[in-house]
Amino acid sequence: MKSKALKPEEHYIKEEPYYQPVGEEIQVFETAYKQQLPVLLKGPTGCGKTRFMEHMAWKLQRPLITVSCHDDLTASDLVGRFLITSGETTWIDGPLASAVRHGAICYLDEIVEARKDTTVVIHPLADDRRILPMEKVGELLEATPEFCLAISYNPGYQSVMKDLKQSTRQRFVALEFDYPNAELEAEIIINETGVNADTARQLVKFAHMTRDLKGSGLDEGASTRLLVHAAKLMHDDISPVVACQTAIAQAITDDHDMLVAMSELSSSLF
Amino acid sequence: MRPPELTEDEIVAFLDECLEVEFSFVKNEIPAAAIKQLPRQQQDFILNLINRVADTNIELAYQLACGAVRALKEMDQHMVEEWAMTAADDYDRKGLFPAMSVIRDLDNFIHSAHERAYGALLEDQIGVLLPFVHGLAGRKLKLEAADSTYTDTETIFLPPVLAIFSDKKQNFLLYKATVAHHWAQIQFGTFRADLTRLPEDQLVKFCALETVRLDARIQHELPGLYRQMLSLQRNFENTQPSQYNAELFRLLGDANASVQTTIDLLDKVPYSECPGTRIYQGTINPQAVAATMAKRIFREKALFRGALSEIAEEMTAAQDLTNADEKEPAKFKIRDRDETTKIRRDAIQLEFEGNLVAPPAHVKELMSSIIVDFGEIPPEYLVAADPGEYDLTVADRTLSPKDVWQGTYHQEGAQLYNEWNFKRQHYHKNWCVLREIEVEPVYDSFVADTLEKYSRLLRSLRNTFELMRGEDKLLKKQPHGDDIDIDALVEAYADVKSGMEMNDRLFTKMHKEERNVAVIFMVDMSGSTKGWINKAERESLILLAEVLEVLQDRYAIYGFSSMTRKRCELFRIKAFDDPYDAETKARISNIQPQDYTRMGVFIRHVIRHFSEVEASTKLMITLSDGKPDDYDTYRGEYGVEDTRQALFEARRDGIHSFCITIDEEATDYLPHMYGAANYTVIDDVASLPFKVSDIYRRLTT
Ligand SMILES: Nc1ncnc2c1ncn2[C@@H]1O[C@H](COP(=O)(O)OP(=O)(O)OP(=O)(O)O)[C@@H](O)[C@H]1O
Ligand SMILES: [Mg+2]
Repeated sequence: MKSKALKPEEHYIKEEPYYQPVGEEIQVFETAYKQQLPVLLKGPTGCGKTRFMEHMAWKLQRPLITVSCHDDLTASDLVGRFLITSGETTWIDGPLASAVRHGAICYLDEIVEARKDTTVVIHPLADDRRILPMEKVGELLEATPEFCLAISYNPGYQSVMKDLKQSTRQRFVALEFDYPNAELEAEIIINETGVNADTARQLVKFAHMTRDLKGSGLDEGASTRLLVHAAKLMHDDISPVVACQTAIAQAITDDHDMLVAMSELSSSLF
Repeated sequence: MRPPELTEDEIVAFLDECLEVEFSFVKNEIPAAAIKQLPRQQQDFILNLINRVADTNIELAYQLACGAVRALKEMDQHMVEEWAMTAADDYDRKGLFPAMSVIRDLDNFIHSAHERAYGALLEDQIGVLLPFVHGLAGRKLKLEAADSTYTDTETIFLPPVLAIFSDKKQNFLLYKATVAHHWAQIQFGTFRADLTRLPEDQLVKFCALETVRLDARIQHELPGLYRQMLSLQRNFENTQPSQYNAELFRLLGDANASVQTTIDLLDKVPYSECPGTRIYQGTINPQAVAATMAKRIFREKALFRGALSEIAEEMTAAQDLTNADEKEPAKFKIRDRDETTKIRRDAIQLEFEGNLVAPPAHVKELMSSIIVDFGEIPPEYLVAADPGEYDLTVADRTLSPKDVWQGTYHQEGAQLYNEWNFKRQHYHKNWCVLREIEVEPVYDSFVADTLEKYSRLLRSLRNTFELMRGEDKLLKKQPHGDDIDIDALVEAYADVKSGMEMNDRLFTKMHKEERNVAVIFMVDMSGSTKGWINKAERESLILLAEVLEVLQDRYAIYGFSSMTRKRCELFRIKAFDDPYDAETKARISNIQPQDYTRMGVFIRHVIRHFSEVEASTKLMITLSDGKPDDYDTYRGEYGVEDTRQALFEARRDGIHSFCITIDEEATDYLPHMYGAANYTVIDDVASLPFKVSDIYRRLTT
């Protein structure tokens, strides 16, 4: 049986992922990387966090290992475990250990979803010790200077259960992400989909309309991701109102009146 | 076989019965003679309707009986029913006379019924129009029904019905266009000029010319809407809308044209050359605008400068300890992102001592409202207020209890709660007055009888609950235990194989954890529970209290009843800290049916109670017999939506809600309010006492 260990060398990003900087996040990340500081990305869904990580991994020429956290994720899932194969036991590195060993960038997406006791294993990695204790194999894995830990967190979901502990968050350099301003967002849409500037601008306006409705009928406004989706539909000749309705409105609400209101808004714009 | 028509005598007998003829002395022979002529199906329909209205008011039902036959000639049954229900509704809201006039003025009803058939009702459309106008950016405007169409810069007043077109969709679009036009007036600065001094004829001209300017702005910003507005105008005039004079359009349609451009044109353009009225343009009410603006501008300036001083304080708190005594008021700046382009609404940025400030949401909203009034943040706004410069409590006044009730309903111990208006998607502030009232204990034989009646059930319930005392939890990787932990074993085996010491934590074990539950029972004491239901509720409470004593969960019991928003009464039967003693039992014994069920306010009050309790599980269980409902407009969807909203607030505060009801129609509305899994419908009232304890057991294990 072949071992299923991650091969970090397969996680190099070869082509430059398109990322439109919004503030000074690229410089800050690069500096944090150089200084061996871990990074926390905060921000609403679909605002470019994942894309940013891909871009940075490319830029820094490191493999990127992404783990999407969920509430069953145990410490062993991150660090590794013994497997028994035909009477022999073999140790298999988890994604975190593997990243540490190979000096990769490890990105733990939606860290608050993981169990509290799982979050703790990253603590010694995230302070100046930069070590990963692997009790099972009796090894203290020390991170090389190339290794980088990044986590993401969406403060928008205000649940007491899903708050990031102070002892965790205070180990990180925090980069706040938000939707880019109108011009940049339009530019992103154009770049990602090839629609014309007018369409992109109107789409961004529509996004602002939905974001203004956050709290008065909508839980969330349209993310950049949804605008990209709508623009892709429009690029292939779906009418703007239908594209806004299916790719954006329906994705953010089920409320009937709200859906009608949004279709009135999009039909006003286009 | 079709049933035969009713005879006049049968009809008289029916009417005598339901109109209580021995007290009311009405002459039922008159309507009966007419109803006799109808086919049986219509007879049944009308008698049933009369019977329903008689529940509300007998006089009204009699009038209905007299007018029914004519109404059936003029309208279909559906409309006739609506006619009768409108009258009954008016009776509830406004009293007998307005209700009677609905019945008597059949012609008027028919006319408005036609209007309703193809017209658009503001009431129906507001759920869409409101988010629409909020999405258009700028100040969060309100929409309200009124006799004329205008805006005071905070509210857009609209006719309650629009029936200009013979097509609902078109009438709706007219609402949309009208809303957008008035939004444009506010957004594009129509009121940055003082219009109060314009004479009447100039104002008419101003209206016409300004509409050209606003249309151009809308065409630029919302081209789709502009097309819809044009097509409305075209359909209305039945021709291509009169083209705007090209020269006028060039001047007013320019991106830099402002309200001043329009005013400058007033003397140059003769009346005859003014463009015709657009159907969506409404009127301008300079007095209402001036009054609202004056108040707002004072208030917002105070609030904004107050907010700035808070921000400044926060930002300087760290370094400013040394020269704290002699302080200049903090000055802010607006950062121009790009000198060449004009500041855009979404790009405006506040700067303080060279640092960008991220203002909190309510300050952002203030800023956008100020910019709407002035086109910018005026420099004098950017100076933080001195402490004490404004009495911000005056500026930021939400209604105080006294204002709301002018002293009449306000009493010691009254608490105010908001209520959710789903049509407007917004809370009525301090809308409901709630008082907690203690139930007088009545020492009768009820408790003893109940314990006797259910003695066997109680014994088994006690046993069951005994077992629940601690939450059982399966602990893994224990050194000792009841069962083998397979996962741990495999891991240990692997460890041994790789030369490590064998871990001895290989067992699973059941563990009882301290229960940490707090529960509040809410008992429906509305009038409809009279009799059986009330008794079953009381019995259930006794049984429940008995077993909760075994469990030692913390619990409280309240009854609730309301009579309009001004009298919501919560009856305290047992607070968390009250013991379950003879007095508490005697209070349960004295739970009596009262009035109506305004659910939301009570839920909000329970939330307040829960905020004072530490518990890992907070549970609210409601015993009810029907929909939320109150004497005033707390009916149907309104009541359901407010309750749903209140439950949502509860969930946000970590409170689980569950509803036990005996209303067979509950599946129509409870899933919407509580969620599919959070309610139980009990079909037999008598089984309520058995069920309640059982449900509690299921909920908390
Ligand atoms: N600054 C940006 N530059 C380029 N593309 C962007 C940018 N911001 C957003 N996008 C677009 O939005 C899409 C969604 O972004 P991404 O997947 O990175 O979101 P995310 O923040 O990781 O969301 P989530 O929290 O839901 O995982 C991207 O695929 C890309 O098309
Ligand atoms: Mg992502």
